[in-house]
Amino acid sequence: MNSRYVRLGVLWLLLLTVPWWLPLVGGYTQLGTRVLVYALAAMGLNLLLGFTGGLSFGHAAYYGLGAYGVGLTLKYLAPSTPLALVVGTLVGGVAATLLGPTLMRRRGVYFAMITLAFGQLFYFIVVRWNNVTGGEDGLTGFVRQPLHFGHHVLPLHDVAFYYLVLFCFALATAIMGILLRSPLGHTWVAIRENRRRAQFLGIPVERYVWASFAISGFVTALAGGLNAMLNNFTSPLDLYWVLSGDFVIIAVLGGMRSFWGPLVGAIIYLYAQDYLSSLTDNWQSFIGLIFILVVLLFPRGMLGMLRMKARSA
Amino acid sequence: MELLLYDAFNGLIVGMFYALMALGLSMILTLNSVVNMAHGGFLILGAYLAFTLEPYLGFWGALVAGPVIAMVFGLIVERVLIRPIYKREDPVYSLLLTFGLALIMQDVARTIWGPAGLPFAIPDALNSPLSSSFFFLTGYRAVVVAIAFFAVVGLMLVMRYTRIGIRIRAGIRDLETVSGLGVNIYVLRAVNFGAGCLLAGLAGVLAAGQLGLTPTMGDSLIMPSFVAIIVGGVGSFLGSVLGGLLIGVAAGVMTTYYPAASDAVIYGIMALVLIVRPRGLMGQEGMFE
Repeated sequence: MNSRYVRLGVLWLLLLTVPWWLPLVGGYTQLGTRVLVYALAAMGLNLLLGFTGGLSFGHAAYYGLGAYGVGLTLKYLAPSTPLALVVGTLVGGVAATLLGPTLMRRRGVYFAMITLAFGQLFYFIVVRWNNVTGGEDGLTGFVRQPLHFGHHVLPLHDVAFYYLVLFCFALATAIMGILLRSPLGHTWVAIRENRRRAQFLGIPVERYVWASFAISGFVTALAGGLNAMLNNFTSPLDLYWVLSGDFVIIAVLGGMRSFWGPLVGAIIYLYAQDYLSSLTDNWQSFIGLIFILVVLLFPRGMLGMLRMKARSA
Repeated sequence: MELLLYDAFNGLIVGMFYALMALGLSMILTLNSVVNMAHGGFLILGAYLAFTLEPYLGFWGALVAGPVIAMVFGLIVERVLIRPIYKREDPVYSLLLTFGLALIMQDVARTIWGPAGLPFAIPDALNSPLSSSFFFLTGYRAVVVAIAFFAVVGLMLVMRYTRIGIRIRAGIRDLETVSGLGVNIYVLRAVNFGAGCLLAGLAGVLAAGQLGLTPTMGDSLIMPSFVAIIVGGVGSFLGSVLGGLLIGVAAGVMTTYYPAASDAVIYGIMALVLIVRPRGLMGQEGMFE
């Protein structure tokens, strides 16, 4: 038990000091921010995928809706960073919540396919509605605004923005951690382990999966909103199904049975993407190869493997 | 009126491609329990190889060779990559695997044949309109309709009357029992996967003649094919075919009235079907429920 707190302490210490140590190992703060954003999106997805056993292949849609929610709020509604984040999170999260009941009746591969198809709906809406969303070119013309604390104004340059993202990350992971320790979280795991048995115990499985889907949508939307602020830009690629695949591989790569797995996955995946795309034009093939190798050789992901080793030692 | 007819017929042709794709996807989904994200990859594989082989084999030869090579490649992929993960119950693995494969196939196609579109030559005899009043009804389009029709009907007959077809349909219902009755389900799943890839390759070659060749053509055809399965109802092959034709025509008709919504209307139909009849138009009870 103690070693767990030590590890958590080290993790948070490392996360809090990223702006100092990341440049020393050849990174830059924005890369750290990007890792956190992807990790947050994948952790949101993993609440559904790893802890409830529902494979959504359309989470990019909620991520992208969060991003467009933020962008459009900043551009047309009010120049306020907190308001934009709230709106973005709500847009994506509410969309997931409303779609939930239509999706819940199906399971397994078919659930994956149906979430995938619904995700594309939002993609086409954004692409076609170009006088508002900027169409294929993406949404520009908004910048993240300084934070106001009473009379004190905090400009969000790279490092300060990293801490804003870290704050959101901490908030979301705390909520998810608490939920997973609650009876609700245990019910999710029970559904993942044996859906039919859970049903026979009288658990309204569909409603629980819906809750998981909705919460995971909110978290992923928050990540999307943060990403829009990070780049001061968002494009339809933020809702495209290929990005959904990225989130799933990040969760699996890190270990989808582990709470912190997606963070590890995001670090490895984004680094690999960065490195490979600087190395070769055919980086897409190598990314595909990573997908295949992870599935065939490391199905438990990095943290899953470490845990196995620790147990057998 | 003429414009509407033109757009609707265009939609029907595209719907044929959706239907062929959806049929293969649906077979692989139900028997192999794999959402084959690489289906678009098999489509471009068949199409580009047909393009490369056409100067040697001619149009009709390429039309046969492209899909057959896609099938052979599909059989290899099934044996080497997919068979080892059948026993994993979580669908995430097969999905990620075929997704990775799709990325590789698209990238390889782009590297070999270039990112720009290529024209797939069709015989001159097929290029001219069949009738002067319906200028859009070219011989090629009639051929596409005929080939797709015979492919679908042929497959239905195989599924209905041959031993392997009956076993496949039984396996979709209950693979464990079929296995218990002494059927080699490894062979069954391999045949099924190969047949699905054959259909994808066929759709690819036919689509190449109509729409031209690009590395992303698989991407743009696979999503509507998923929708076609959902609309038609999973577990019904005829449903997938009709679903494909329906959304193709719907998108085509929408082009006449409100072009901006021609992609979205497909998903609108899907949402409507899921609300009114969750299992799809011809879906079977108890599949993935």
